[in-house]
Amino acid sequence: MIRETSAASKIFDLVLIIVLVAISLLCILPIWYTLMVSFSQKSAAAAGIVSVWPVGFNLNSYVQIMKDAVFFNSFWVSIQRVALGASLSFVVTVFMAYPLSKSTKEFRLRNVLMWVLVFMMLFSGGLIPLYQTVKAYGLIDSVWVLVLSGGLPMFNVILVMNFFRNLPKELEESAFVDGAGPWYTLIKLIIPLSVPVLATVTLFSIVSHWNEFFSGLVFMTKPDNYPLQTYIQQMVVQMDLTTINNDPEALKRLNELSNQTLNAAKIFIAMIPILVIYPFLQRFFVHGITLGSVKE
Amino acid sequence: MKNKGFAKHYYLMLLPGYVWLIMFSIVPMFGALIAFQDYQPVRGVFGSEWIGLENFEYMFSLNDSKIIFFNTIFIALMKMVAHLIVPVIFALMLNELRAAIFKRWVQTLVYLPHFLSWVILSGIIMDVFSFTGPVNNLLSIFHIDPILFMGKPELFPYLVVGSDVWKEFGFNTIIYLAALTGINPSLYEAAALDGANRWHRLRHITVPGIAPTALLLLILSLGNVLNAGFDQIFNLYNPLVYSTGDIIDTWVYREGLLKLQYGLATAVGLLKSVVGFILITLSYYLANRFTNYRIF
Repeated sequence: MIRETSAASKIFDLVLIIVLVAISLLCILPIWYTLMVSFSQKSAAAAGIVSVWPVGFNLNSYVQIMKDAVFFNSFWVSIQRVALGASLSFVVTVFMAYPLSKSTKEFRLRNVLMWVLVFMMLFSGGLIPLYQTVKAYGLIDSVWVLVLSGGLPMFNVILVMNFFRNLPKELEESAFVDGAGPWYTLIKLIIPLSVPVLATVTLFSIVSHWNEFFSGLVFMTKPDNYPLQTYIQQMVVQMDLTTINNDPEALKRLNELSNQTLNAAKIFIAMIPILVIYPFLQRFFVHGITLGSVKE
Repeated sequence: MKNKGFAKHYYLMLLPGYVWLIMFSIVPMFGALIAFQDYQPVRGVFGSEWIGLENFEYMFSLNDSKIIFFNTIFIALMKMVAHLIVPVIFALMLNELRAAIFKRWVQTLVYLPHFLSWVILSGIIMDVFSFTGPVNNLLSIFHIDPILFMGKPELFPYLVVGSDVWKEFGFNTIIYLAALTGINPSLYEAAALDGANRWHRLRHITVPGIAPTALLLLILSLGNVLNAGFDQIFNLYNPLVYSTGDIIDTWVYREGLLKLQYGLATAVGLLKSVVGFILITLSYYLANRFTNYRIF
């Protein structure tokens, strides 16, 4: 390491640290503020005097949410959806990535199948045809529409496929020589060797299923079937557009009328699962981005 | 090849994935044919009248379509530029930092917003920018009258770009940090021996070291010229800012699913898909040509 001892360099280091602290605070303070609002008194939040600490600390918002059956119902829908969605996409990703990681010599139609996949990744029919299709399948209001309507996780398939391709060929060949078939080789040899990339894509799909709100909004007709993000979108974020029209005063009033502390508490609870898995995310995603890259 | 019998197992492994692909990507793609019909839901795709390009002609005659195409491209281009510049600068700042523990803390804080959904973040942003929120409180210290940020069409696109940068710049830094670790340390030592100071080394070693990565990411982002960020805008906008904030995707949702103009909305969506597909294909071609990048 090169040591710089000049005064200018030391001043630069100091300025750098100050700027980086400021940027970090900028990222975290809005989230912290929301948490503080959720602990504050309603009147204080409405008056806008809450800043870095709660004003009139209380847990009323959380007590109120505890009694809110609709909120917990959507929380449960989200859990189901994440569990089903992440397991399904894990299985499908692994079993698609393996054959597609073969060369055309080993698997003749590989390139054709790959081109279909990439074409479908880049081209979509759009929202309305998807809605019509889901309706025709009779999946409206089913939890399965939340799992399936996002489509095959093609990005994950490509990431895992590239990882499989970079594994040493000799390992697999020796398994084949010993008489192992493709299923046995995949499950007993390839999957255990690919834990980091599989953990990464599984975390990706958990996060994206937890965060996704739009399919709940479009494909669910009853609020009982909303996943949590859709519930929050409808109850907290989306302002009643019909009452605003083109009147700025109405928008202002609406802000004042909404129950800020309760909304803040709901937003914070919806964040908790992400915060819980965040340490794991951080460990894996940095690799995840470079893991699946193509080696020359 | 002695593994000839494996092909049928490979097909079997691919089966679930391709069924999913056919049901939720390929079938809806054919559903997009209603863009060329006077589509009536009761009569279905097969019973509705074919009207050629009438929907497209109608679309171009609408004043709305000029606005939404302009807004989409304007916001998307600003995002492209901002997402190129901010992460590079931030990565360079982190790279100059010597204290490893402090660096890890900064990274932990700035990566977090990437993993939270726009539903959650919009709830937070609208609170922070509300009429009585912290931003207006801060402005009042400088004797600036409170601003209704969410109701100002002239501010909205910048708010969208700014909040998107806030959410993603940390995460986008990762790929540059990976590129920075790829720079040979002996280059720095040799430069220091030759009398290069910190600024010289940054200018002549670090910056050229990450330039190829920046170029690659810029080329790949070309495919996003029509993606201004549905999730974000859908959760942040309201009728007061439609004139500058309404984009293709939000318009398709409102006109298609809420006002039931299926044919017209599908036509707009299809046009977007086709142009987007051409742009992405072009960007992959350019990326391959200039930086030898391949996705599979």
